[in-house]
Amino acid sequence: MNRNWSIFNIVSVVLGFAFLYLPIVLLIVYSFNASKLVTVWGGFSTRWYSEMLSNQGLMDAAWVTFRVGLLSATVATVLGTLAALALVRHTRFRGRTLFTGMVYAPLVMPEVITGLSLLLLFVSVGFERGFWTVSLAHITFSMCFVAVVVQSRLVSYDMSLEEAAQDLGCTPFEAFYKVTLPVILPAVIAGWMLAFTLSLDDLVIASFTSGPGATTLPMKIFSQVRLGVTPEINAVCTVLIGLVATGVIIASLINKRKMVREARIDSKV
Amino acid sequence: MGNFFKRVTIGLPYLWLCLLFLLPFLIVLRVSFSEPVLAMPPFAPQFDLSEGWQAFTDAVSRFTLYNFQFVLEDSLYTNAYLSSLRIALISTFLTLVIGFPLAYGMSRAPMTIRPMLLMLVILPFWTSFLIRVYAWIGILKPEGLMNQFLMGAGIISTPLRIYNTEIAVYIGIVYSYLPFMVLPIYATLEKMDYSYVEAARDLGCSALGAFWKITARLALPGVLAGCFLVFIPAIGEFVIPELLGGSRTLMIGKTLWSEFFNNRDWPVASTVAIILLAILVVPIVLFQNAQARAAEAGR
Repeated sequence: MNRNWSIFNIVSVVLGFAFLYLPIVLLIVYSFNASKLVTVWGGFSTRWYSEMLSNQGLMDAAWVTFRVGLLSATVATVLGTLAALALVRHTRFRGRTLFTGMVYAPLVMPEVITGLSLLLLFVSVGFERGFWTVSLAHITFSMCFVAVVVQSRLVSYDMSLEEAAQDLGCTPFEAFYKVTLPVILPAVIAGWMLAFTLSLDDLVIASFTSGPGATTLPMKIFSQVRLGVTPEINAVCTVLIGLVATGVIIASLINKRKMVREARIDSKV
Repeated sequence: MGNFFKRVTIGLPYLWLCLLFLLPFLIVLRVSFSEPVLAMPPFAPQFDLSEGWQAFTDAVSRFTLYNFQFVLEDSLYTNAYLSSLRIALISTFLTLVIGFPLAYGMSRAPMTIRPMLLMLVILPFWTSFLIRVYAWIGILKPEGLMNQFLMGAGIISTPLRIYNTEIAVYIGIVYSYLPFMVLPIYATLEKMDYSYVEAARDLGCSALGAFWKITARLALPGVLAGCFLVFIPAIGEFVIPELLGGSRTLMIGKTLWSEFFNNRDWPVASTVAIILLAILVVPIVLFQNAQARAAEAGR
């Protein structure tokens, strides 16, 4: 095995990861910079974190983003899981081609177009823009990502398990809830996490569909970045990176533990 | 009862997507045929369904192709489309050049550390796009970290001007989309049977020859998938050219944004969107065909 892991391979992997991680590491390091100038090191300090916490506008935006993320990820996970079920199980129903197209199209749609189209819809129906419109927009594009994640798990799922449950007297919904859902749960949770981070990160669609009083964190960061780089923004970004990284690492550890446990059960059987 | 669950499964997401994806798209199409007016919403004709069928057909008859003519004849827009395509193409190539060795190195890594390497590629993908692009501003600025480092090391004497140029946009796209390139290539290389390469070497191929004749050929589906996954979203990119490219870098996503937010010309913004979609259909269909062929070959 190791004879293939040549110097060339090691160098390209190390360089590749340096390229991927160095900018993020620098961003984090300079969030602890005492100097107001982002690019001049003035000693270690956590003052930008306390300034960030006392910046009311930033905190309000973080709160809006968090609520939009929770709501949109949860609804998107329900709708996306249903869409995945429809795609995998029901190979024939009227308008399936259109349905499939509508599930996949948002994945490749440029964000500026998704944002513009939803805004035009909200204006046409006279919906006041704010928290709800951003949430509706986020549900719509992230449910398609959830559908793809759950679908890839459902494809390898043995349907006879659910049929057995139905033979034993479960209604189709009960059979799904009690038998299928626990099996596909890791994919559903991964879908929720993906939907939540998509919502947390989105700048373009939120900018189109948001209104006064519902400025999200990325919108706030964006408007400040246009004025220049500040250590305070570095601090906000560091907190966000930390949260997301912790979430992803915990999720993968849980998944790994589950896999090990299942492997043990399998080996005993 | 069983039918009810099935109906909900299909009906709920179907209805949602019709109302919040299909309908908005049709509205964009309809606004692209409208004229700008000083009102809210700022386009005409408006449909007023209470005035009956006659009013509706009257409104439809006032539709115009003027916006399409305007966008296609004005060099500002055509240049923006062409420059988006060029920037996307060059960045895709650069992403491949950087991504392939990384994916190849990962696929040859000892089995025990591969999951960790994979995790390290996926992790940036979960962190915000905006943050990752923002990180480069501090590095690329004239007084930024890269220039400080290069000047401190005595490699250059005057700061490099990269920030607010197209080069910064290339760097931003390559950086942001690298995982999209690495993951599909890694997936094909990991499955590859390395004994083919060994056989080629035994039969007298040079290392480079074996790589080109065997590895590169077998990795082609992954390479194609990676290229499309970078190229398609890069065309409509907004955040990267806006933050790194400066005012002189033209990209269509930026044009659409400023048409809408600065000029408040909704019909032209919609027309720009429709033409962008028409352009995107080509690589998307090619991508689907490539995917279908790869799936066919995998069987």
